[in-house]
Amino acid sequence: MANKFRNLNSKLFQLARSSFQRTSVRPRMILHGRGSGFTGNRKVLGALGALTGTAGLLIYALETSVDASSDCVHPAHQHWDHKGLLSALDKESVRRGYTVYKEVCSTCHSLQYMAYRNLVGVCMTEAEAKAEAEAITVRDGPNEEGEYYERPGKLSDHFPSPYANEEAARSANNGSYPPDLSYIVSARKGGEDYVFSLLTGYCDPPAGFALRDGLYFNPYFSGGAIAMGKVVDNEVVSYEDPNVPASAAQIAKDICVFLKWTSEPESDERRLLLIKVTLISAFLIGISYYIKRFKWSTLKSRKIFFIPELEAQAKREAEEAAKASQKAKQQECNKCENQNEKQD
Amino acid sequence: MKVIYNTLFKRTSTYAVAIIASAFFFERAIDVTSVAIFEGVNKGKLWKDIKGKYE
Repeated sequence: MANKFRNLNSKLFQLARSSFQRTSVRPRMILHGRGSGFTGNRKVLGALGALTGTAGLLIYALETSVDASSDCVHPAHQHWDHKGLLSALDKESVRRGYTVYKEVCSTCHSLQYMAYRNLVGVCMTEAEAKAEAEAITVRDGPNEEGEYYERPGKLSDHFPSPYANEEAARSANNGSYPPDLSYIVSARKGGEDYVFSLLTGYCDPPAGFALRDGLYFNPYFSGGAIAMGKVVDNEVVSYEDPNVPASAAQIAKDICVFLKWTSEPESDERRLLLIKVTLISAFLIGISYYIKRFKWSTLKSRKIFFIPELEAQAKREAEEAAKASQKAKQQECNKCENQNEKQD
Repeated sequence: MKVIYNTLFKRTSTYAVAIIASAFFFERAIDVTSVAIFEGVNKGKLWKDIKGKYE
């Protein structure tokens, strides 16, 4: 195995070296045996490809085996509305999810990368988003006197953070930091499945599990001990739509869809573009293929003939022409000698 | 086919105009088609479907 590697290495080294020595003379055959020039390079490339393939397979196998063992339970795959290749996010769910965030999650978690204007045209009208913004107060920059002042929020303001900085958040939460939720669905393995399982998966710790004071047990959290208690229960949020029951599962689902939207606000447009790209490239590829085949048809349909009689005839003619020119040269020489003799 | 060649493709200037015009109409057609497909698949989930309730 190591020998094969060494041979391959030396071959590659020689190949690289010869490519640097550019001479007008045809390069030496450095690949011994059957391989020479193009076909030899192919063998080297084939060997290289096989090596890369084995390495890739090994890494994949290692990765999946690591997946099987973990310090937490893997979240269950839910059947989300937006899981399909062309499926958009449910905007009604996003709207309810915003309500859930505002009433339940915003006490501890920030959403600092989202602004109120992002809600417009997605789950709220401009007037509604403006009303939401005006409900909060924002500390604005120095005025003409140089003083900072408080003002009601505008559409352009970002969502307010519950704590001024990370230290304040840690001191208020027993040393743990409630992460910002703007990109949490993209930042956690399992995405919205993970968040849903986490929120609904609180249970009693197994026997013998040492749980520190202030921590709660959640099998889906890495290590099992999470600082967040169970917040999602039946009826913790009151929905404006009376037809939708505010069960724990419904609330968890809505917040997950909302957080999916905050992480990937462009996902709807992405799916629309998939359709467009597929249609356009199908047309272009079809037309390119036709044009290529059309232009190449001249070359691909030409024939090259070898006719032995013509070849022999051409050879004879060439010989005769050579003889004739030789004779003419000799006659010239004789003439020269005659002239010289005459002079003498 | 001959008519198209003689009127459009023979001169480069007319060819260019034909390309631009057909690209415009092709793009519009693709736009309308893909939006129709997308909205057909996602009926009830888009903002335009629910905004009537809140305006």
